[in-house]
Amino acid sequence: MSTPSIHVECRDIVKRFDAIEALIDIDLVIERGKIHALVGENGAGKSTLGKIVSGVLRPDQGQLIVKGQPVHYTSPYDALADGITIISQELSLVPRLSVMDNVFLGMESHRSGVLQRDVMRRRYAELIARSGFSLPADISVARLRTADQKKVEILRAIARNAELIVMDEPTAALTSDETDKLLNIVRWLREVGKTVVYVSHNLEEVLGLADTLTVLRNGRLVRTAHAQDETPESLVTAMIGRAMALAFPPKVPLDPDTRVVLDIQGLTRPGIIEEVSIFVRAGEIVGLAGLVGSGRSEVARAIFGADRKAQGEIRVNGRSVRISSPNDAIRAGIVLLPESRKLQGLIMTLEIGKNVTLPHLGTLSRASLIRGRQEFRETTDLLEALDVRPAEPALRMTKLSGGNQQKVLFAKWLFRRPQILIADEPTSGVDVGAKQAIYKLINSLAKQGMGVLLISSEIEEVLGLAHRVYAMRQGRVVAELQGVALSEEAVMRTVFATTEGTVHKQGEDPGAMCR
Amino acid sequence: MKDKFKSFRQVQSLQRAIRMLPKQLRLDIVRDYGTIIAFIVLFVVLSLTTPAFFSGRNLHNILDQAAHVGIVACAMTIVIIGGCFDLSVGAIFAFAGSLAAIIARAGYTEVGILAGILVGLVFGFANGSIITLLRINSFIATLATGLMIRAMALVMTGGLLIVVTDKSFAALGQGRFLEIKYPVFIFAAFVIFTWFVLSRTTFGRYVYAIGGNQEAARLSGVLVGPVRVLTFCLTGLAAGLAGVITVSRISQGVADIGTGVELDAIAATVIGGTSILGGEGAIWRTVIGVLLLRLIGNGFNLLNVPPFYQGIFQGAIIIFAVALDTLSKRNR
Repeated sequence: MSTPSIHVECRDIVKRFDAIEALIDIDLVIERGKIHALVGENGAGKSTLGKIVSGVLRPDQGQLIVKGQPVHYTSPYDALADGITIISQELSLVPRLSVMDNVFLGMESHRSGVLQRDVMRRRYAELIARSGFSLPADISVARLRTADQKKVEILRAIARNAELIVMDEPTAALTSDETDKLLNIVRWLREVGKTVVYVSHNLEEVLGLADTLTVLRNGRLVRTAHAQDETPESLVTAMIGRAMALAFPPKVPLDPDTRVVLDIQGLTRPGIIEEVSIFVRAGEIVGLAGLVGSGRSEVARAIFGADRKAQGEIRVNGRSVRISSPNDAIRAGIVLLPESRKLQGLIMTLEIGKNVTLPHLGTLSRASLIRGRQEFRETTDLLEALDVRPAEPALRMTKLSGGNQQKVLFAKWLFRRPQILIADEPTSGVDVGAKQAIYKLINSLAKQGMGVLLISSEIEEVLGLAHRVYAMRQGRVVAELQGVALSEEAVMRTVFATTEGTVHKQGEDPGAMCR
Repeated sequence: MKDKFKSFRQVQSLQRAIRMLPKQLRLDIVRDYGTIIAFIVLFVVLSLTTPAFFSGRNLHNILDQAAHVGIVACAMTIVIIGGCFDLSVGAIFAFAGSLAAIIARAGYTEVGILAGILVGLVFGFANGSIITLLRINSFIATLATGLMIRAMALVMTGGLLIVVTDKSFAALGQGRFLEIKYPVFIFAAFVIFTWFVLSRTTFGRYVYAIGGNQEAARLSGVLVGPVRVLTFCLTGLAAGLAGVITVSRISQGVADIGTGVELDAIAATVIGGTSILGGEGAIWRTVIGVLLLRLIGNGFNLLNVPPFYQGIFQGAIIIFAVALDTLSKRNR
């Protein structure tokens, strides 16, 4: 039955979590030396399938056949013995250890338990030569950028002689230049004969990369096809079961005389952000573009008082406010939708409703007694209005898909309307449908007069939503773009500028230098 | 070709799904109500096997003996849900009791009782402040303050027994109302108080939030520091109260009482099913945990099992309770 080109085969795989069926009767053939993409919306089961192939999860039913042999992995170590490893969505590195120590973790060179660092150094040098990566061996992983951390994980996989690497959303936290680099690495892995199972919901990326695509929907396999036979439209149709265009809601024109709700002057945290001066009008969506590390998230956090106090002046509706903690910011009418939903946004041990009302308990209580019925009623209404499924405040947070969790995060900050919403990567890790809903939501909030500061690694998103864009580089605002000057090319050029020589030059900077 | 079997397979998987469901459900029930089930089983077994067990007097004794650990355990539950531990409660217990005894012996009974409780509160405030301001891990910080407070109690008492002969001082620990001892009432009141605070107030909600995810709570505008300090004030207060009750019961203060109270309180909390990782738990769980531990002790006495074996049994139950919690989380 199995031919030499088949690397892994799944037969009738079923996986359940509680009563929810994450995978139903999956039949799949993964060919050796190919890039095989698994696509689908959040909760479609693509990550679960990747985890089953790599031994992280055990299937409840069905058969996994590797290299023609039925296998029963009980842990990732079993899979690794067969040359299969996973690079998961969350980093699985030890932050305090050096790059080299992470790469060789669990397979160090030693003589009766005593490490032989010189041998490891030699092995590391060979590995670097083989892969063509440039990563210093001794720097601690915590100090690397996310993209470089991914590289460490890939090095680790190569060092273990992995033949099949499962990559779960490897580009989720990367900027576009980092993504390009990573995609080249994936192609290189194929060239040297490795099989890659690539889990992603970024369709463009997958179409340009994969040989074979498998589409999943609600735990079922919709189809497996050659990448050249598919288009983004055909995939979206397959993923959501109906045709849908990814479009941005029309921008609401803004009167330039509209009052300024948020005015930042000379915001500085030495070495991180320098003299940032920006403003947001009522009803305006302002984009903050830049690479990861350019200081965009740090600006957001500084305005919100999330880090140690920054220098500079913050004015809300013309009045100067002192913000030294998130609590101060919320009182001043500024809220921050943080970058990381699970680490900074939601409290996974609390129920949905309690997450929503956490910042607003003051308005839901008298003498610090919570008015439970009012809380329940208001959260239910809001969850329904935002189309969170299911809209049940008493449900555990973990029962929701990523997109719905993100909507809960929005609900949390819209429960009592702020004047200024800072949204840092509002659509990271959510599916197409939820993305669309979030775009509409942001747009309608602005229409109702809220000032929105939008940060996103996806440039189309910033361009599609924002009236005006500030481009940041190395902690400074380097350009302000709007109207006809606001194009993908212009943003890319200002954002990359000196760091990337490949950006084609053009006469003059289209955006005026910012104040 | 395979499609022929598809519908058959679906029927098959459905059947399996139905068979799987109760198993998962069972695990959840055992985790959520395991302690109650264990409690009921033990209660019934003891009632049937030992005639002395199911009597008003014996049951009252169980409650009375559970009171001091129970009070501390309820407050400890709040600290643990908030993501911390308080290992200094045993020392606070001893200091507060000794201080109350010293002042009562000098003739100021009410002042002594009040001073004992208040000094617990003060120590709790100090613990909370050290942990939040100096950012020291609570386990280490309270281990250290516990050492210091215990030593201060020794210094204060000179290592001697402080016998209080005044009958009114003993009333707190030994007095009765409607045949029921005061400590039982105080325990019940403290249970209701902590349950109310934890489940009905903004403070209680904030405790769950900071225990579940401190950073997310902070970014939601929760003032993490003050909330945390307040949780330690509660354990301090509870330890002071329990210490004063215990000293009153035996009418003598001494610096080495209350050793191990912190561990009993943590054990009761964990057996009840409150997560040691923080963010999840409840007061009723701890009450069951406290009573279960007392029931075991009582049963061992009534069944004439040498008390040395008690620890083995209790330890096994703790391991079982935590393993169950971990298992059900892994399956989620």
